[in-house]
Amino acid sequence: MTRRFSWFNATSLTFGFAFLYLPMVILIIYSFNKSKLVTVWAGFSTKWYGELMRNEAFLDAAWVTLKVALVSSTVATVLGTMAAYALVRGGRFFGRTLFSGMIYAPLVMPDVIMGLSLLLLFISIGLDRGVFTIILAHTTFSMCYVSVVVSSRLASFDRSLEEAALDLGCTPFDAFRSVTLPIIAPAVISGWLLAFTLSLDDLVIASFTSGPSSTTLPIKIFSAVRLGVSPEINALSTILIVLVSVGVISASLVSKRAIIRQRREERAAVT
Amino acid sequence: MNMVQQESPTVFAPWEDPEQKPLIRFIDVTKRFGDFTAIESLNLDIYEREFFALLGPSGCGKTTLMRMLAGFEAPTEGTILLDGADIAPVPPNRRAVNMMFQSYALFPHLTVEQNIAFGLKRSKMTKGEIADRVQEMLRLVRLEPFARRKPHQISGGQRQRVALARSLAKAPRLLLLDEPMGALDKKLRQETQFELMDIQEKTGTTFVIVTHDQEEAMTVASRVAVMDHGRLIQVATPDGIYENPNSLYVADFIGEVNIFRGHARALGDNRYEFTWAEGKAPFTAVSERDDIPASGPCSLAIRPEKIAITAERPEGALNAIEGTVLDIAYLGSTSTYHVQLPEGQVIKAQIANNRRISRRSFNWDDRVWLSFTETAGILLPGHG
Repeated sequence: MTRRFSWFNATSLTFGFAFLYLPMVILIIYSFNKSKLVTVWAGFSTKWYGELMRNEAFLDAAWVTLKVALVSSTVATVLGTMAAYALVRGGRFFGRTLFSGMIYAPLVMPDVIMGLSLLLLFISIGLDRGVFTIILAHTTFSMCYVSVVVSSRLASFDRSLEEAALDLGCTPFDAFRSVTLPIIAPAVISGWLLAFTLSLDDLVIASFTSGPSSTTLPIKIFSAVRLGVSPEINALSTILIVLVSVGVISASLVSKRAIIRQRREERAAVT
Repeated sequence: MNMVQQESPTVFAPWEDPEQKPLIRFIDVTKRFGDFTAIESLNLDIYEREFFALLGPSGCGKTTLMRMLAGFEAPTEGTILLDGADIAPVPPNRRAVNMMFQSYALFPHLTVEQNIAFGLKRSKMTKGEIADRVQEMLRLVRLEPFARRKPHQISGGQRQRVALARSLAKAPRLLLLDEPMGALDKKLRQETQFELMDIQEKTGTTFVIVTHDQEEAMTVASRVAVMDHGRLIQVATPDGIYENPNSLYVADFIGEVNIFRGHARALGDNRYEFTWAEGKAPFTAVSERDDIPASGPCSLAIRPEKIAITAERPEGALNAIEGTVLDIAYLGSTSTYHVQLPEGQVIKAQIANNRRISRRSFNWDDRVWLSFTETAGILLPGHG
């Protein structure tokens, strides 16, 4: 069978990728536009990036976003890994099936509902909305992504490795720390990167749970755009696109490469 | 050492000495998984320095027995004593028991050296002592040149030795080996068996090995326990198991055997007349068992190598039958003749090939006589 790159393939690829990336490419191009008018090209310039650096409001929002993303993804990784471990390794405890179903629910739950329910919760317990509530909300929804990534790795993990660690004198926690964690580390790292990028570009949940003093970058952009698109926003969005792509690409690289390598080593070690 | 007390130092048989205290005692141990009974009220003593083999088909409960010793399973009922103390409340990480896993379970992210040191680091040893011990273990399993390699960079046989060194490093009172040679090819397996016996002797550790390979159990073990459906069928030395199986199950499970089903009648003096087919001269068999009925259904089990093949009926033979050579299985050092009796039953007789094959005395379709002495067969009550 020859795998010729036919005209049909070329066309569908072009259309597909154009559909996905043309808007972003246009945005990136216009972020280097000299003109103040977004739709008129007036030559190459990086002045809007400079403007951006002097815009206090944007910088504040960026700082809030970064803080939220760092803290929430870290907490989500710890909690998600623990949940995955309990669900995969905990044996058959009461309600296990229900729990493992429930951990996936936030993946399919509409963001609006998540945001709204969290808002109601924060109001009812009298929690002032701010950076802290956004962190809580982001931890909640990104935790299940981490848990999914980590539990799929744990499921293919040879149980006797942990038993060997126990047999050689480890406490269960020591066995997890010195054997399980180093081996599943790539999955944990890619879970963290995934949680980080999800938090970085979340608009809906953040807008429900943020307070007046704590605006994240996506919220800032959204409200700024409603007053009219400025080239500054294009520059900011370009930076965001680059950040998110770097995050996602490295997450998939880390998980793919390291998991493949480790599985190979593990298989070699156990047969 | 008080080992000198033994009357004949050449024979190692602590199980025959009532003064000896067993290292491990299973007392009425039962293990159930839901509705499934993996082990049923089992009693077993294992002595210090023994190389004890648990042998049986898969699913017979031998692995469960071992996992209870390691601490990964707890008995549903009964007690397991190690050095006279109940081990039920002791978690696996505090037991003076180490296990070599069937999959070896080497830590893929650690080097050979670090794998061996893993258990030692969790003991009270100093860094210097650990390094010395690791070197000693590497020497024992002849892996010094591979100390810095990762498990995936060495061969299967070498991995097996790393797993052994790692489980021996903490000098456990008891070493458990779960199908330790399952992943090795036949030749390597045989070499490793002798190496394992050598190491067991050198370290003086008590070994309990789980295997489904009867040859392996017979080669390495001081005593073999044959298991089936969660019960011990027979516990004896390898030759005891082979020469004096206590049941048709054991006789059939260990090695090859011909089984005649018939009727035994006591002649006195431990001698029995065994009628196995109408119109045929009965066999004479000797048995020291006390459960052979004075007159009742019995089976006679005879190993193929205990049956002689001759062209004529041997003079004075007590037990002789005539048949036709149906098939000859040439195995190199021995040949197994499949001889069909007029009744249809096929009897296997094994002969050592101490002559060249071209000078073989019998061929297909030859009429031959099979004969065996009165002590060659094993008389067992019932028809199994």
